[in-house]
Amino acid sequence: MMETLATAESPATLADDPALQRIVDRVRAASAAGTPLCLRGGDTKSFYGEVPKGDPLDLGELRGISSYEPTELVVTARAGTPLSELEAALAQCGQCLAFEPPRFASGGTVGGMVAAGLSGPARANAGAVRDFVLGASLVNGQGEVLSFGGQVMKNVAGYDVSRLLAGSMGVLGVIAEVSLKVLPRAAATATVRFELDEAGALDRLNAWGAQPLPVSASAWWDGMLVLRLSGARAAVDAALHKLGGERVSEDLAADFWRGLRDQDDEFFDKARAAVRSASGAALWRLSLPQVAPVVSLPGEQLIEWGGAQRWWCTAAPAALVREVARKAGGHATLFLAGEERAQVFEPLAPALARIHRELKRAFDPQGVFNPGRLYPDF
Amino acid sequence: MNAPHESAALAAADAAAPEGASRAQRQTEVVAALQSVLPAHALLWQREDTVPYECDGLTAYRQLPLVVALPETNEQVAQVLRACHRLGVPVVARGAGTGLSGGALPHPMGVTLSLAKFNRILKVDPVSRTAVVQSGVRNLAISEAAAPHGLYYAPDPSSQIACTIGGNVAENSGGVHCLKYGLTVHNVLRVRGFTVDGEPFVFGGHALDAPGLDLLAVFIGSEGMLGVVTEVTVKLVPKPALARCIMASFDDVRHAGEAVANVIGEGIIPAGLEMMDKPMTAAVEDFVHAGYDLKAQAILLCESDGTPEEVNEEIGRMVDVLVGSGATRVEVSRDEAQRIRFWSGRKNAFPASGRISPDYMCMDSTIPRKKLADILLAIADMEEKYGLRCANVFHAGDGNLHPLILFDANDPDQLHRAELFGADILETSVRLGGTVTGEHGVGVEKLNSMCVQFTPAEREQMLGVKHAFDPAGLLNPGKVIPTLHRCAEYGKMHVRKGLLPFPDLPRF
Repeated sequence: MMETLATAESPATLADDPALQRIVDRVRAASAAGTPLCLRGGDTKSFYGEVPKGDPLDLGELRGISSYEPTELVVTARAGTPLSELEAALAQCGQCLAFEPPRFASGGTVGGMVAAGLSGPARANAGAVRDFVLGASLVNGQGEVLSFGGQVMKNVAGYDVSRLLAGSMGVLGVIAEVSLKVLPRAAATATVRFELDEAGALDRLNAWGAQPLPVSASAWWDGMLVLRLSGARAAVDAALHKLGGERVSEDLAADFWRGLRDQDDEFFDKARAAVRSASGAALWRLSLPQVAPVVSLPGEQLIEWGGAQRWWCTAAPAALVREVARKAGGHATLFLAGEERAQVFEPLAPALARIHRELKRAFDPQGVFNPGRLYPDF
Repeated sequence: MNAPHESAALAAADAAAPEGASRAQRQTEVVAALQSVLPAHALLWQREDTVPYECDGLTAYRQLPLVVALPETNEQVAQVLRACHRLGVPVVARGAGTGLSGGALPHPMGVTLSLAKFNRILKVDPVSRTAVVQSGVRNLAISEAAAPHGLYYAPDPSSQIACTIGGNVAENSGGVHCLKYGLTVHNVLRVRGFTVDGEPFVFGGHALDAPGLDLLAVFIGSEGMLGVVTEVTVKLVPKPALARCIMASFDDVRHAGEAVANVIGEGIIPAGLEMMDKPMTAAVEDFVHAGYDLKAQAILLCESDGTPEEVNEEIGRMVDVLVGSGATRVEVSRDEAQRIRFWSGRKNAFPASGRISPDYMCMDSTIPRKKLADILLAIADMEEKYGLRCANVFHAGDGNLHPLILFDANDPDQLHRAELFGADILETSVRLGGTVTGEHGVGVEKLNSMCVQFTPAEREQMLGVKHAFDPAGLLNPGKVIPTLHRCAEYGKMHVRKGLLPFPDLPRF
C-alpha cells in the first residue's frame, strides 16, 4: 500500500507554514482594531448562511496535505487545500470521504467543507462531516493556534472541540488544519429505480432501513425513487436480487449521484433558475426525522437521505415553511434565496441561544470572525 | 482494582474541603433546601447511606459526597439543580458508577446527583430505528429491548451489562466494534436534560442534524461538566445476519501490527479487530480455556459481519491477508459458539489479570496503529526500568491500547513504580502522535496527563467551553481540564509533545 507524503510544496508542519503566521497576524490586528473578518477558502459557498460581512481573509495559501496514512484511515490537510486535490490523493489509494461533501463549483476547500458542515447523498448511511472529523487546529480570536482531537479514531481527552467546528460557519475561529477519517471506496455499487409516489417511497425507505441491506443513498423526485447500493460484491448482488426494481446503467447512475452531490442536477438547476427569476421562490432544506410523513408545500420537492432531507423549491412564506418543518419534527434552512431573504437558520431555544453566544465569546471575544453568518446576533 | 495515582491526588478537592463544623453546617443547609423538592427516600446524607457512592470504577479514589440526591422526575432534577445553583453547591451526576477514570468521584462539598431512578425505556420504534430511553437505562438493556425487532444499539463497552446510556454519553464510550459502527457520538441523535441552573435543554434532534452549532457533539464525552442528561435518543441498527471471527497467531508483534495495516490497506473494515500479547494470552487462557495459541507472541481476532454472502467473501479476503502477513496459525469460527469462545478471552482480559496479580493498573492510550511495535517495545523497556510486568490488550482496529501494569498495592514502592510506569506510557503515547485516553475519559485519573497533551492556551479554551455551558462552574468541578496551577506543579519537567529538555537524562 503506497503512502502519500506531505504535498511537496507545503511545509511539513502547520507551525512552520508561513501562511499560518500571516493569518495569525491578520487575526491579531483585526481583534485589536475590532474589524470583522470574512473567512474565505475557495469562495464557493458565499451563498450559504447569512450574508458574509467583513474584510476578506483568504485562506487559500494555507494549503497542502500534511499527512496521509491510508492504512491508518486518516488524512490531515490544511484548510485551503482544494477538495479536489484531497479527493484525488485519496482516490489514488482507493479511499474516499465517505460523507460525500458537495463541491459546488471547483475550488472548494477542506476548511470550507468543515465550516459549512454539508454532507452529500451518503449522509444517512455513512454519517456527516462531523462524524469524520478526528481533530482540528484553529486560530481563535486572540490569534492563538490551538489543536483539539488528533489523528486517532478514539480520543476522549478533553472536550471534542474539533467536531464542534463542523457546521460552525467559521464563527468560532479560522480552521487551519483538519484530520479526517477516510474509508475505502465500496468494492461494488449498483443503482436501481422504482416508480413510486412520495408516500410509497417513504414507506419503502423506512422498511428497507430496518433490514441489513447495503443501501448507501436514496433520492425521490417526480414519482421516481432511485436507490444506490454499495458494499461487498456479494452483498450488493444479494440486495439487487431481493429488492428488484429497474437497474440503472453504471454511467448514468454515476452521473446522477454526482449531480445530486454537487447540486447541479436537473432539480437544483431548476431551483436556482427559479430563485434567480425573482418569482419569490427560494430553495429550502428541510431536515426531518426519516419517518416524517408527506410534507405539503406549494412547489417542487426532492427527497434524500431516506426521507430525512427534503429539498423544497417554493415561494411559500418563511414562517409557513418553518412551521411545516417543526410540525414534522425537524427544522428548515433557507438554503438559497434571492435578494429578499428571511433568517437562514432556524431560531434557537433561549437556553441554546445563550450557550451559542457564550461559546462565541469564549472563542472570539472581539467578535471578528464571520459576524452574523450563522445567526444575526453574533 | 485500579491503583491511585498519588501525584494526581484528588483533583476534585482542588476546592479544599472544610473540616468539621463548617461541613456539617453546609450539609444541614443543603439537606434543608433539597428536602423541600425531594421526597424523604430520595435524599441521603448519613454516612452509612452515602458510602456506596464514594467512588466509581476507579476505586482507589474515594470521597464521601455531602449529600446524595436520587430524583425520580424531570421536575425534581430541575429543582435540585436550581437549589444547588442558588446555594453555590457543586453537582456531580452519576449513572451506574462503572467509569474507570473517576469521573463520578463525589465532590466533598457537593451533591451527587444519581440518575438511577431514570431507568425506563420510553420508546423503541422499529420503523424509525430509534429508542428513546431515560439516562439511567443500562446499555445492554437497550439492545435487549430492540432485539425482537432485529435491531440493536451498536456501541458495546465491556461494562455494557451495567453501565448506563447517560454514562456512555458522558464518556463517549466505544467498544470492540467501534471501528465499523462508531462511538457514542455517532450513535446518539438527541439528548435532553437540564443546564446547571435547571433550565431544560435539547441538543440534537430526531432529524439527522439540528440548527446552529453542533452542541450535541461537544456535549458527548464532556464527563458531566456541561449539563445533566435525563433522556437519550439512540440509533438502532439492524442486527447482522451473520458474524464470523478469525483467530490468527503471530510469532512477532511487529508482524501482527503489519497484518492489521494490511487488512485495512486491502479496503476491509473489520467489525472487530483485537490483539493480545503473549502475557495477556497466557493469563486469559488460564482463565477461560478458549484454546488460544500459547506459543504465539501475539494473537489477532478479526471479525466480519453482514449477510452470509458478504461475510464469507470478506472472511476469505481476511484470511488471505493474514496468511500473507505471516500468521503462523489461522482458525475461522465454525459457529456462533466457537465465535463467542474466541472472544471470551479478550472480553475477560481484566478479570484474568486480576487472577495473576494482586493489583493492576489499566492504561487507555490511543496511538496511530503503525506505532504499535514502537509502543510495545517501549513498554518492554519500561518493564525492565520499573521492575514490573505488563500485559497488553489492544483495540487494534482503532489504535486503542490497554496495557495492564501488574503490581502489588500493599508494597508502596511497587505502587509508586506502577504510577511512574503508567505516566511514562501515556507520555510516550502522546509523543508517538496519540492521546492519553481513548475511551475511559480523563476524570481525575488523567488530569496530569492533560497537561502533557494540551498547551495552556488549549486548556484555557476548553475551560471557556465549560464556562459557556456552566458559568457558575458547579457541574463536576475539578475534573477533565486541569488548572494552570496544577499543570505548573506537575509539568516543571514536562514539555508538550515529547520535546523534553535533556531527553537522555534519567529522571526517575
